[in-house]
Amino acid sequence: MSPDLLKLIFGRLGFESLPLHEPIVVGTFVVVALGGAALLGGLTYFRLWGYLWREWFTTVDHKRIGIMYMILGIVMLLRGFADALMMRGQQMLAFGGSEGYLNAHHYDQVFTAHGVIMIFFVAMPLVTGLMNYVVPLQIGARDVSFPFLNNFSFWMTVGGAVLVMASLFIGEFARTGWLAYPPLSNIGYSPDVGVDYYIWALQVAGVGTTLSGINLICTIVKLRCPGMTMMKMPVFTWTSLCTNVLIVASFPVLTVVLALLSLDRYVGTNFFTNDFGGSPMMYVNLIWIWGHPEVYILVLPAFGIFSEVTSTFSGKRLFGYTSMVYATVVITILSYLVWLHHFFTMGSGASVNSFFGITTMIISIPTGAKMFNWLFTMYRGRIRYELPMMWTIAFMLTFVIGGMTGVLLAVPPADFVLHNSLFLIAHFHNVIIGGVVFGAFAGINYWFPKAFGFKLDPFWGKMSFWFWVTGFYLAFMPLYVLGLMGVTRRLRVFDDPSLQIWFVIAAIGALFVFIGILSMLMQFAVSLLKREQLKDVTGDPWDARTLEWATSSPPPDYNFAFTPVVHDNDAWWDMKKRGYQRPLTGFKPIHMPASTGTGIILAGFATAMGFGLIWYMWWLAAVSFVAMLAVGIGHTFNYHRDFDIPAEDVIRTEDARTKLLAGAK
Amino acid sequence: MSTDTHAAHADDHHHGDGHAHGTFSSYMLGFVLSVVLTAIPFWLVMSGTLPSKQITALVIMAFAVVQIVVHMIYFLHMNTTSENGWSMMALIFTIVMVVIALSGSLWVMGHLNSNMMPVHQMTGMN
Repeated sequence: MSPDLLKLIFGRLGFESLPLHEPIVVGTFVVVALGGAALLGGLTYFRLWGYLWREWFTTVDHKRIGIMYMILGIVMLLRGFADALMMRGQQMLAFGGSEGYLNAHHYDQVFTAHGVIMIFFVAMPLVTGLMNYVVPLQIGARDVSFPFLNNFSFWMTVGGAVLVMASLFIGEFARTGWLAYPPLSNIGYSPDVGVDYYIWALQVAGVGTTLSGINLICTIVKLRCPGMTMMKMPVFTWTSLCTNVLIVASFPVLTVVLALLSLDRYVGTNFFTNDFGGSPMMYVNLIWIWGHPEVYILVLPAFGIFSEVTSTFSGKRLFGYTSMVYATVVITILSYLVWLHHFFTMGSGASVNSFFGITTMIISIPTGAKMFNWLFTMYRGRIRYELPMMWTIAFMLTFVIGGMTGVLLAVPPADFVLHNSLFLIAHFHNVIIGGVVFGAFAGINYWFPKAFGFKLDPFWGKMSFWFWVTGFYLAFMPLYVLGLMGVTRRLRVFDDPSLQIWFVIAAIGALFVFIGILSMLMQFAVSLLKREQLKDVTGDPWDARTLEWATSSPPPDYNFAFTPVVHDNDAWWDMKKRGYQRPLTGFKPIHMPASTGTGIILAGFATAMGFGLIWYMWWLAAVSFVAMLAVGIGHTFNYHRDFDIPAEDVIRTEDARTKLLAGAK
Repeated sequence: MSTDTHAAHADDHHHGDGHAHGTFSSYMLGFVLSVVLTAIPFWLVMSGTLPSKQITALVIMAFAVVQIVVHMIYFLHMNTTSENGWSMMALIFTIVMVVIALSGSLWVMGHLNSNMMPVHQMTGMN
């Protein structure tokens, strides 16, 4: 075939794009390919494709979508953590003239991919998954407001993840750092596909995130059960509401700034170039207007989880509910007023820097109020040190340290010394791991019995807990020290041999965390095997307080046979106290949304379009775009969007639960 | 797509009053207003009536803001009571966010521009 034709079909993609010269990548590919083939073969052998397609991929049930988000988050955690281990290994070895084992080209991709994956494809799916699963149950709803949209949002997030993963084996990923600052990310300095992978992965996933934000806001505002006024909502629902408001308000900024960057790269505009009037500083400004709210998007739901867990495992009503709500709302607003602290050193001057330094310090006030609320909730409570509570305590200790170093960094003169250093790296891992990751793990251990009907194994859970927590401190406390000594981030090789010991300690810490992650996988496996012993038939294994525990575990498709009526903040606790009796008769057919494959198909085309744009396969991009429109319009003619669960099915499900409950007593 | 038995859903029907949907004349009024509000900026630019480009740009911005309000009232049917006040709340929040982002960016970029951009480079480009 002529080169022109090849170019028309494959764009920039050729055999030389495959990283065959990188033994590490080739090795990874072989392992992933073998593992993937085994998985696909297994699914085919056990004839699970139909089941997966019908019951999971096309489902619009918020519970299953929530579980799929969690699985996505955990799978991507393995990828993101593999990157972390590689960096720790490299930095531990590259002393005394050694180049380590990663070349600069590869190392730069590794640290970029680590950041992007951990934020967008680990933390976000874990948080979104928990919100998706729990919020409708907590507010007594049968599903989210737009169930099809929910399915579509999930698959768009997967599409973004697929593009990032594809970059590992087809071409390369960005070498720019996780926010792809220009001018480095402009076409002149990054002519390869790396930044394009970055852009389209985030754009595809960003659609999903924004839509899921709209969906959950609408759900919380419109679908609360009777009696649940705003100030009777569980705190997790409140923090979810604020998080989704933040998503809807901030993600469009990311979308626009990435769109402008792609215009610079694709059609030669000069928004963020060095010349012709462009300003790379504008990119930094805009992306942090999204970026700072983003960290609150991640941590607010975690705060909600800790609130639920603390009050449940202390056996007490949450201390200072109202102040907790107001603190959350104040954080929501303030999170928009601090973005400049990410670039104090860019040169905006003393007046601007002091304004943003002060607003940043002010955020610690509502956050501190929350901390005291949790402490006072525990005060004189009968605390049960189950796994969710252990993660919560670890969070409280760890997050306070991270918060203090954060306030330290908020002082502009201090930031001039510490910016871009490993101190900063230690700080944000301190708050993201200590806050978001511990929160997600508390949430997983807390709500797992709700989702699957059996508790998670405590032994492996505690193994995971102790390895994670000690591993975290081993891995990041040395980075604080190194940062104070002036070591900057993203370095590949070091000259000063006296620094090596700190990197060795950090690498050992990373290995501890690795054992923690393996223990968690082990915990899932062991719990599955021991599910009969760990079984919970009551639906309320923790003697909890909010509405999700009022239904069975796992909940029926329709969540609640009758919409509950709420009289108190701790609705389920109140029901238990008043001797609530489950209704046993009078069941009616229940109107529910029907499954559809449109979401996964649309997201598939969106991903293909992204791939086409990355590799300049214009025909693929165009065809996928048209197909997307066609499928989208076609879906509007689908009138089979809902069905009724017949009353007999409801009666059968509820009678089975009645029997179980009678057996449990 | 909530379920029929759902209280929140039933709630929807309560304020399905005339306000929420608009009438033929309200749509026409909105349409005419938005056409006029679009035509004037075009005319300002094409005829060059105003003395300076800067004033023209500012006037166009002002017309754009009025245009937004017209769309919200006549096409999105927003008022202080629609959706139990949630529309108003969302609008206020949006305005706060947009004002923060715009004014903050102008302030920050203004300082960055005067502190960090060499003067000769700016003049060299014109």
